[in-house]
Amino acid sequence: MSNVLSLTTFLPILGVLLLLFIPKDSKGVLRNVTLGVTIVTFLVSLIILTGFQSNAEFQFTENVPWIAAGPFIMRYNIGIDGISLWLVILTTFIMPIAVLSTYTAVDEKVKEYMICLLLLETGMLGAFISLDLFLFYIFWEVMLIPMYFMIGIWGGKNKLYAAVKFFIYTMVGSLLMLVALIFLYFKGMEAGITDFGLLNFFSLKLDMATQIWLFLAFAFAFAIKVPMFPLHTWLPDAHTEAPTAGSVILAAVLLKMGTYGYVRFAIPLFPDAAQKFAPLIATLAVIGIIYAALVAMVQEDVKKLVAYSSVAHLGFVMLGIFAFNTEGITGGMLQMINHGISTGALFLIVGFIYERRHTRLITDFGGLSKQMPVFATIFMIVTFSSVGLPGTNGFVGEFLILLGAFESQLRWWTIVATSGVILSAVYMLWVFQRVMFGELDNPKNQKLSDLNVREVAIMVPLVVLIFFIGLYPKPFIDKMEPAINKLVAQVHVSSVNAQAIPDAEMPAGHPGMEQMPAGHPGMEQLPAGHPAVEVPSSPHAEPVVNPHEAK
Amino acid sequence: MDMILIPVVNMTPILPEIFLSVLAMALLLINVFVPGRQKSYLAYISFIGIVAAAVLVGSGWGSHVESFGGSVVLDDFATFFKMTFLVGAGLTVLIADKYMEREECNHGELYSLILFAVVGMMLMASGTDLMTIFLGLEVMSVTLYVLAGFNRANKKSNEAGLKYFLLGAFSTGFMLYGMALIYGATGTTRLYKIAEVVGQMTLPSSNIMLVAGMLLMMTGFAFKIAAAPFHMWTPDVYEGAPTPMTAFMSAGPKAAGFAALLRLFLVALPALQVEWSHVFWVLAVLTMTVGNITALRQDNIKRVLAYSSIAHAGYALVGFAAGNGTGIAGILFYMLSYSFMNIGAFAIIILVAKKGETNGNVSDFAGLGFKRPVLAVAMTIFLFSLAGVPPAAGFIGKFYLFSGAIQKGYIWLAVIGVLNSAASVYYYLRIMVFMYFKESTEDFEWVHVTPPVALALIIAVAGTLILGIVPSVILEYAQMAVKLL
Repeated sequence: MSNVLSLTTFLPILGVLLLLFIPKDSKGVLRNVTLGVTIVTFLVSLIILTGFQSNAEFQFTENVPWIAAGPFIMRYNIGIDGISLWLVILTTFIMPIAVLSTYTAVDEKVKEYMICLLLLETGMLGAFISLDLFLFYIFWEVMLIPMYFMIGIWGGKNKLYAAVKFFIYTMVGSLLMLVALIFLYFKGMEAGITDFGLLNFFSLKLDMATQIWLFLAFAFAFAIKVPMFPLHTWLPDAHTEAPTAGSVILAAVLLKMGTYGYVRFAIPLFPDAAQKFAPLIATLAVIGIIYAALVAMVQEDVKKLVAYSSVAHLGFVMLGIFAFNTEGITGGMLQMINHGISTGALFLIVGFIYERRHTRLITDFGGLSKQMPVFATIFMIVTFSSVGLPGTNGFVGEFLILLGAFESQLRWWTIVATSGVILSAVYMLWVFQRVMFGELDNPKNQKLSDLNVREVAIMVPLVVLIFFIGLYPKPFIDKMEPAINKLVAQVHVSSVNAQAIPDAEMPAGHPGMEQMPAGHPGMEQLPAGHPAVEVPSSPHAEPVVNPHEAK
Repeated sequence: MDMILIPVVNMTPILPEIFLSVLAMALLLINVFVPGRQKSYLAYISFIGIVAAAVLVGSGWGSHVESFGGSVVLDDFATFFKMTFLVGAGLTVLIADKYMEREECNHGELYSLILFAVVGMMLMASGTDLMTIFLGLEVMSVTLYVLAGFNRANKKSNEAGLKYFLLGAFSTGFMLYGMALIYGATGTTRLYKIAEVVGQMTLPSSNIMLVAGMLLMMTGFAFKIAAAPFHMWTPDVYEGAPTPMTAFMSAGPKAAGFAALLRLFLVALPALQVEWSHVFWVLAVLTMTVGNITALRQDNIKRVLAYSSIAHAGYALVGFAAGNGTGIAGILFYMLSYSFMNIGAFAIIILVAKKGETNGNVSDFAGLGFKRPVLAVAMTIFLFSLAGVPPAAGFIGKFYLFSGAIQKGYIWLAVIGVLNSAASVYYYLRIMVFMYFKESTEDFEWVHVTPPVALALIIAVAGTLILGIVPSVILEYAQMAVKLL
């Protein structure tokens, strides 16, 4: 079972090969086979979950040579830790749901649609498990292609604009990241690193100026994907035009690529620059939270509203991550999963209603709860989860994020962000009220049927998880915590070192030093007994190589 | 008793050239003596000949033989490029037959001309003397003028031929003048000797005759590889020339131009690298940007690919400006990849077009995605590869080219390169937008994939994907080829 991670990742590709042999007219078979493949993939991924040890190490690793030419060595180097584990599981979990949601929604070009879904799954899983920077980049880019086709072929009225915008936005960011990645490799080569393995670069000490440039390039690529204000404009378009399954996957998994990118790459690779830019990123995150909430409030289209709520939620995630303490990052990671569940569920709900009425305008609805009680109940639970009501998953995540951020240097940002929680309650409850309550006066709404068995089956796992994580998040947090502690240690060790290096070791007038004020804002506010600062006892403090000694 | 000394000439380095020349002449004769309008058999013979030549070229891998008094050399660099030309020519003869049949200009001389062009290119790649390089260049160019105007019943083709000839002759003038100046400055035409002489100069960059000669040669080659601002002929010639010849011209001669340029500058003028790498820096930026920006607004798909081919020359020039092992190997790899993906894309264009070169607008591809899914998937692979999206050959090629620049410290050049790449995505996506996202009433019933075209497509797709997913072997060959320069 040593290849179980590869197996999970490439099972969907095998599924694609299988689909190629099924005639395009047997739509039922195509759907069922795809569903089967995604379920099997999910089951296989459960092997990973059960076999996963709660420690900070990368597990289920595989590492074989792939490309070796010239200055570069790329390896097929994969593995997961507590950070990527849940995202992998989230992906395999959400896929069968997404497939199931297409049974009636997609009736044209079913075969191509299913192929896109499966290719997308491999792309996403691959990006989460890559421990080789080059391999990560490949998967990161490959993901774009099926999503592009999904929006462009099966999308709504403005699909062309949305699809091309989605592709080019993401491409610009990732290409700049590619330049940074190559540059980083050459920097690593000077320090004796011989391949693109991510872990090698964690011990590479870069001067501040280099870190800043590289961090900016990585952060830009990931910020587009998150998306962070002001780079978010592709998202409402893409979401509104994408078919339901596309929106679900986009919200549940694809956006997590951005936040995951920060946690896995941008922050641990360039910890000092990350600390330096934390206030800026937190500012953008907070603006995103408030701005997106305000914009969501005035939307007339339910789907667009949910899309903007995504921007706000991911603002919270970013705030938690850039708190750089265990609570904040744990909250951020948990909220990534929560957002996947609740926003995925919201898009499914919008999809159900759209299939029935072929409209998503809020004003076309009202009083649906009388006609569709089951639907109303589920919608309400999901709304509560999205708002972050205690007892649901959203609460745990947001609470941890705000707690962590409040304890960090981002205290003032947290205070502003907290108002975003209220705003989200306003727009979510308001839309719920307008759609579900009131007079059932529109005659078209009076004949609506409630959810059928398939639709309930789609929603039940999500609802169960909403409560499970809300009431008992421990198993989730336990698995991710060691990895997060390690990350926190990486960030703080580095900043301690950066301050500890006497000026004499740096070349005179070094640009990096000028940009590090003596009283670095991040350090002052760390109380001595802060839980995150376990540096002296942490075993991960040692491997950090100081290049000044190495030379 | 004195004997007349006849120099012992080692023919091994030019065996493939001799073989192809003989084959080309034989084809001319066969064409005359075999009656009938069907000329497909000539395509098959040429293809087999090209495969045989490839075997011949391949067997020379690893050897280093100089001949003709050091004016021709057989080394890995030449071998790699010769293989690239043969790939281009092989794919071209496979797709040419169908097109020529449809356009009713199925004259048998076509295949001989293609083979002669390949001979010229091969001489360019293995020439180590300004004279040999020039001879190769002329053999190639003259046949290309004819090939561009090959469809003599078609006005645009005539225009293409004439335009290419006039501007080509003009650029040849520049190049010859440059060569003459270099000869004047150094007293030799042998590349290695030039390097020696230049190396002994105290300050070669202040030798006006040498620098002027270098710049003039650069101008001539910039024309041949269609680098901005010497690219003006490209769109018209590419649009007017018969489509298979456009495919051929965009791949083979461009690679040959780079082969000669590389050998010239890396072998003969390394002492001036600081100077010429700056010029190539500017040329690269101009070429990429002009190519991509103008391609954005084109509707004719041949023109789209023509401008895009300008942009691709620009990417390759990025590697040239870098001038290090990574970048140069990147050029070799990129030229090979480009032959696969670009000729593949042209093969699809040939299939979709109708008689008289109609149905060649981007919008004419509407609906292809679901009416002819296999062809559309092949086209999608080529287009993504051209756009530099992994996991296709074009991505790996660009990766190495830009890496070369970054390694050299030209970060901004790489940044401009990737931004250009991102812009280029738009016009490649636009073709896919039409193929997949637009409905069409057309059923594409006129699209018949003949066996040779199918073979060409299979080779092109396989090449594009293999070079993209497992590029190691070819990259290693490219780097070995560069090492001995």
